[in-house]
Amino acid sequence: MFREILSGTFIFLGVFFIVSASIGIVRLPDFYTRTHPAGKADTLGQIFVLLGLVIYEGFSLVSVKLLFIIGFILIANPTATHALVKSAYISGLKAWTKDKKDG
Amino acid sequence: MRFLVSFFILFIFWFLLSGETNLILIISGIISSLLVSYLSYDMLISKSDLRRNIIMYLKFIKYIPYLIFQIILANIDVIYRVLHPKLPIDPVVINFKTKLDTEFCIVAYANSITLTPGTVTIDANKSKDFIVHALHSSYAHSLLSGEMEKRIKELENV
Repeated sequence: MFREILSGTFIFLGVFFIVSASIGIVRLPDFYTRTHPAGKADTLGQIFVLLGLVIYEGFSLVSVKLLFIIGFILIANPTATHALVKSAYISGLKAWTKDKKDG
Repeated sequence: MRFLVSFFILFIFWFLLSGETNLILIISGIISSLLVSYLSYDMLISKSDLRRNIIMYLKFIKYIPYLIFQIILANIDVIYRVLHPKLPIDPVVINFKTKLDTEFCIVAYANSITLTPGTVTIDANKSKDFIVHALHSSYAHSLLSGEMEKRIKELENV
């Protein structure tokens, strides 16, 4: 019972982070700033959801596999963000700044 | 030596994923990890000093709790800025040079920057130039103060 409440809390937190990340992607002004919620809040949201599942599952091989997935997400997500941002930078996209709001 | 270490890593990984204790399956697991480690131990473990690298990876485990704490702080802050009605952001792009030497540490640093307070690595390369996009100029200052870099630098001093 206690375990279910705990895992539910983790999954709820994860969903909250993912939803906020989606709102952020809609609200922020340009590509570079949009990668911030996509690269960070998404990572943490996914990790929280998977941790909730690990707690729900208890100590077994399935949770070991879930922990592996968490490790891979921690490596792959920032790398993918970096690849996207770098290609945008090379192709010459200018970053949005505060003073020229119309640009 | 490198061959044996990569074999053990692969076999443990195989066992954790399969969870099989059947003799025939274990033998086939051993054979397949032998084959894969024979073909690709060059890629798994680089030629540089093996002992030094293992110590570095073990030290990296110590760095993970700090990183997770930073990630959570970063997320709360980014979400605060995103959900704030006025959207208090002021993005800047900064360039700087890092003091890190090994490839592993540069990659770890670049990924840590992407994961932590309001900063995304645009470019990081072997000549140690970093280009970083920050969501707010205060993040750029805290990045340049170099707290995180110091912690990763500790991994290198073996």
